[in-house]
Formats: sequence, structure tokens, C-alpha cells
Amino acid sequence: MALAETNSTRRTHNAQERVWFERIPASYWVVGIVLLIMPAFASDFALYQVFGWTFILGMISLSLMFLGGYGGMVSLVQMSIAGLAGYMVAIFGDSAITDISMGWPWYVAIPLALIVAMFFGTIVGSLAVRTEGIYTIMITLAVAAAFFYFTRQNYVVFNGFSGFNGVLPPDLFGVDWRQSKPFYYLTLFWATVAYFSVLYISRAPFGLALQGVRDNPRRMAALGYSVNAHRIAAYAFAALIAGTGGILLTWQSAQISPGTAGIGPAIDILVIAVIGGMSRPIGPFIGAFIYVLLKTFAIDVLLSVGLSGERFQLLIGLGFLAIVFFSPDGLLGLWDRWQEYRKRDPLLDRREDMR
Amino acid sequence: MRALASRHPGWTIVILLAVAALIWLIFAIWPKGLVDVIGRKKVFLNALFNGITLGGLYFLVASGFTLIFGLMRNVNLAHGSLYLLGGYIGYFVASSTGYWLLAFPVAFVLVAAVGVLMQIFIFRRMEGQDLRQTLVTIGISIVMADLMLWGVGGDFYNITPPSWLSGPMETLLVTGVKRSSGDLIYLKYPVVRVVIFLASVVIGIAMWLILNRTQIGMMIRAGVDDRDMLSATGARIQLVFVGVFAFGAGLAGIAGVVGGTFQSVAPGEDIRFLLASLVVVIVGGMGSITGAALGALLIGLAEQFGSVYFPTYAVVLTFLIMVLVLAFRPQGLMGRS
Repeated sequence: MALAETNSTRRTHNAQERVWFERIPASYWVVGIVLLIMPAFASDFALYQVFGWTFILGMISLSLMFLGGYGGMVSLVQMSIAGLAGYMVAIFGDSAITDISMGWPWYVAIPLALIVAMFFGTIVGSLAVRTEGIYTIMITLAVAAAFFYFTRQNYVVFNGFSGFNGVLPPDLFGVDWRQSKPFYYLTLFWATVAYFSVLYISRAPFGLALQGVRDNPRRMAALGYSVNAHRIAAYAFAALIAGTGGILLTWQSAQISPGTAGIGPAIDILVIAVIGGMSRPIGPFIGAFIYVLLKTFAIDVLLSVGLSGERFQLLIGLGFLAIVFFSPDGLLGLWDRWQEYRKRDPLLDRREDMR
Repeated sequence: MRALASRHPGWTIVILLAVAALIWLIFAIWPKGLVDVIGRKKVFLNALFNGITLGGLYFLVASGFTLIFGLMRNVNLAHGSLYLLGGYIGYFVASSTGYWLLAFPVAFVLVAAVGVLMQIFIFRRMEGQDLRQTLVTIGISIVMADLMLWGVGGDFYNITPPSWLSGPMETLLVTGVKRSSGDLIYLKYPVVRVVIFLASVVIGIAMWLILNRTQIGMMIRAGVDDRDMLSATGARIQLVFVGVFAFGAGLAGIAGVVGGTFQSVAPGEDIRFLLASLVVVIVGGMGSITGAALGALLIGLAEQFGSVYFPTYAVVLTFLIMVLVLAFRPQGLMGRS
């Protein structure tokens, strides 16, 4: 008896004594190190097009996951917010359209762009929270369409159909950030920041209250929480992430046009989040990686089986349908179920750790 | 009407004045000062008529959408694809047989059959999971759009109406006075648009009558209010679901033929009409047929007047209406809170 006691006290003592980096799970170490040394063996194309794009789409999708997974609000407007931030960087900063671009330095243009994006996100959010559930999808889809048509028609500010080109990142620290390696680390850095800030907020009082609002708005209101204020604040925070992603997206292709934030891309962001899974912040990045792989290499695969490369949409659509059909919580859901299955004792048909 | 007048006397006066002004604008010969300010009367009348007939088309698409939503809580985001499918079917039937009228029943039946398959094989399996159903409809719309692009190609198709419907007809509305002779000039308007608008009015009234005066309509209305209670009373609710889904999809198919005759059938129209019906239904109120009619009329008029008087922002105008309605009356004009 006494032996067992000392044993257990020693164990808790050990847990407290472990240094901070020992408490980080092994999977984080593996993924982190692989991502950090990736440029040593990956090609420039893979770094810039595959991983850079994955991180960017993952961030925009992460903002949707934050709203959908923790707030229960599926918003299709995130791509428009990202597009708006990209537009604002082009308008306040430098672009090839010198008539409109104001050419302000980056330390003014970028914060301003993010503020405008957050402002837009907050306004859309305050409209969208007046409704619930599937209505939110419809309203945010309509707002996304309105944004697309407005930017296409407006030539004074948004330069209409052609948009802006030549939108380049600033030459900070003497690095050309559009080279593949710097761009890879740039997107990796911001994606990591976004990932951990979502993870942190989900465990902070605000995030817990938001999840409470998702599960039972009436009870949270009775407890004295302002339901709508929490939801609108979630939209504002999601807009910040989407805006950061939008600026990086604009830098990646060096241009922004209405098509970047059209209805198709808006739905693609939802597809990415659903394929990856909306239960944890890593889901959107997994979804984005698969989406980018499909988009980059589907043409070769389709051609090899004798179909024209244009059938990419069909492939994405069928994959999306299959995921929604068989695993509504995406690939993360499949993974969780597999873990559950592995832990199950085949004879007793119950989980081992329940003993 | 009297209740409205006693409750909101100010608004009643405003509405009556607006109606009086509209009637005057339609029937009077415009004085020169007015023409200088807002342009010729012919332009105004054409925009008005185009708006009303476009509203008829929007009503055909949106009424099916709102009916399906009202009964099954299913936001069918593949509704635009059903519209486009109907348009293609109508085009091939009309151009291969030469009978324009034949396109309507064929499009209705075939698209309704697609709707039945969707309801039986997909939506019935995930009943009560609103979000999942909506996601599935997004997937279906992506797949259908690409399949149609694959099968038919990206060309524009126009469904030509038969000769007895083509060409303009004289109306009794005066657009102006000939300066030389002093004769009155009457407005000419395409026959086919008038006929199709009348047909959509007839369909709308028939739907209203079926919903409000028949046993099936009673069952559907009861299902909209409380479908669990309805199935508990022994109504075969799955049959009602399939029927309503088929009917709504079929209406979208018919609307596709109408849209192909008014404008054209092409990839991308599916998204356009999906958005139009979304906006119509949000403005008019979810699940309400009268709301869909009112919203369709409003959006059709806004789009046409917008494209005449502020051409750059015509599309944005319709979304502005939606935002205003959402801000002041989130359940829609005719919706119940």
C-alpha cells in the first residue's frame, strides 16, 4: 500500500518536474522538424506551389473551421474577407496599377488592410448572427456573391475585371520573399501562428464560452453571456486569420482579381475544411494539402486514365461527396474512429483504457 | 387592409401615394420635364415589364426552392443545377422535335425524376441533419455542373419559341406622341414574355390553391409546421417528401426551359439562378409561397431598373435589398418569426 503511494506521488512529481519541451507531444516534434528541414530536400516548385499554397489555403480554411467548429457558424464569406485584405494591400501599398495604388509603406498598408478586413468580417458577422444554422450558409454565400460582383463592376477602387497585378511583398531584411525558400518559411510562420492562436483561443475563456454558445445558446444567455457578442467577436477574429491568409495569397500570385474571391473559391474553402475535418484546427491544413495535391497533380492522373484534365472539378466534387457521405467530420473523423477501433479489445468489445 | 390603415396610418398613405404615382407613370403621357430628368417613358415601361416578367421566372425557380426548404428544412444548393439541367433538356427536346411546348412536360418529368432519386437515395439517409444535407447539395452541384459541362460543352444555347409566339405585340400603353402627326405611339412588347409571365402567374395561383384548398396541401402545410406530429397522425410523410421534392425540382426544370427562351442556357447560369433564388427566398421569407412571389417581383424589378438607371451596380442593388431586409426583418418580408 505504502509502496503504491510513493510510486504515484513520484509519478506526479515527475510530471511537474518535466521541462516545458518535454510536455510537447512527440507528433508535434516530428511534424515541426520535418516542416523546418523541408527546404533541404523539396524542390522549389513543391515549396512554393504545394506547401506555400497549402499553408495559405489552410489558414483561410482555418478561419472557417474556427467559426464552424467552435462557433457552429458555417460562413462562406471567409474567402471574400481574404480577398478584401489582398485588395487593400494592393490599394494602400504598391501594385502595377499606379493610378489607384497609394504606395504607402508596408508598415501602414498591411495593418490597415487587416483592420479593413476585420471591419468587413465584423459587419458581415453582425448580419449573419441574426440568423442561425443553414441560414448562415445562405446569407454568407449571398454576401460572397455580392462582393464578387461588386469588385468586378467597380473600377474606381477595385479596378474591375482585371484587378491588380504586380502586388509584391516588401523587401524586408533584404530578402526577396517571393523566392521559394523565403516564401515557404513566411507562410509556414504565419500558418503556425494562426494554428497556435486558434488552439490557444479554443482553450481560453472566450473560446470556451464560444463553444458553450455553439452547444446551447439559450443556456449561455441565461448564464449572463451575450450570445451575439461572442459570435460577432468570433467573426472578427476569424477575419483576422482569413485576412492574413489573403495577403499571403495575393503575394504568392502577385495579383488579386475578382476571380480570386469568386463563388467557386468561396465554396472550395468550405470543401477544404469539410474534407480535412472541422473538429480540430489541424483539419483545414490536411484538407488544404489534399486539395492542393489534387489541383496540382489531378491533371496527370486524369490524363493517365484517359480522361481530359478538365475533369478536376468532378474529382473534387466526388471526393467531397464521399467524405460528407461516409465521414461527416472529415478525415480527422476517420482518423479518430480508426484510433478508437485500434484501442478496442476484440474479445471484450470495449476500449482497453476503460478497465 | 383596414387593420393596416388603422395600425400604420402614415405608412398606408405613403403606400397609396406610391401606387398612385406608379399608375400615373404607367398610363400618363410624360411631360417634357420628367423625360429630361429620368429618360424616356419607353425605357421606363420596358424596364418595368422586363422586371415583372423576370420576376415571374425567378418565382418559378424560387417557389420550388422555398417549398422544399419549408417542408424538409433542406437548403437545396443544387437547385440551380436542376434549373440548368431543365434548360439543356428543353433545348434538346425543342430543337430535335420542333415542338416548343413539348419541352415543358419533358423537362418537368425528367428533372422531377432526378429530384426523386436525390430525395430517395441521398436526403432520406440523412434526415434531420440540416448541415450535412446542405453540404451534400453543394457536392452534387459541383459534380452536376462538371458533368453537364462535359456532356454539352460550354456553348450558349437559345431555345427559340414557335412562330406564333415570336415577335412583338401591341399593348394599350402609350409611350409618347409622334411629333410630326400627333399620333399616339403604343408600346410594343414580345408576346412570349407576356405568355410566360401569365403562365407563371397561373402556376403560382394553382400552387396557392393546392396548398390552401386541398387535402395534400393541408398535409404539406401541416408538415411545414411540425413534421413529427404529422407523421404521428399516420400521414405517409415520406411520400409527401418525395412528392414535394419532385414537384420543386420539376418547377426548376420548367424554369430552365423558360430561362432558355428568355435568355440562354450556358454553364454558370446554375450559380446565377441559385443565387437569385437564395436572395428571393431570403427577402420573401423562408418556406412561404406568397413571400417567394413578392421577393421574386421585387428582385426582378430591382435588377431591371438597376440595369437601366444605374448600370454598373445593378447586381449589387439586389444584394443591398437583401441586406436591408435582413437588418430590419431577418425572417423575410412574409416569413413568420
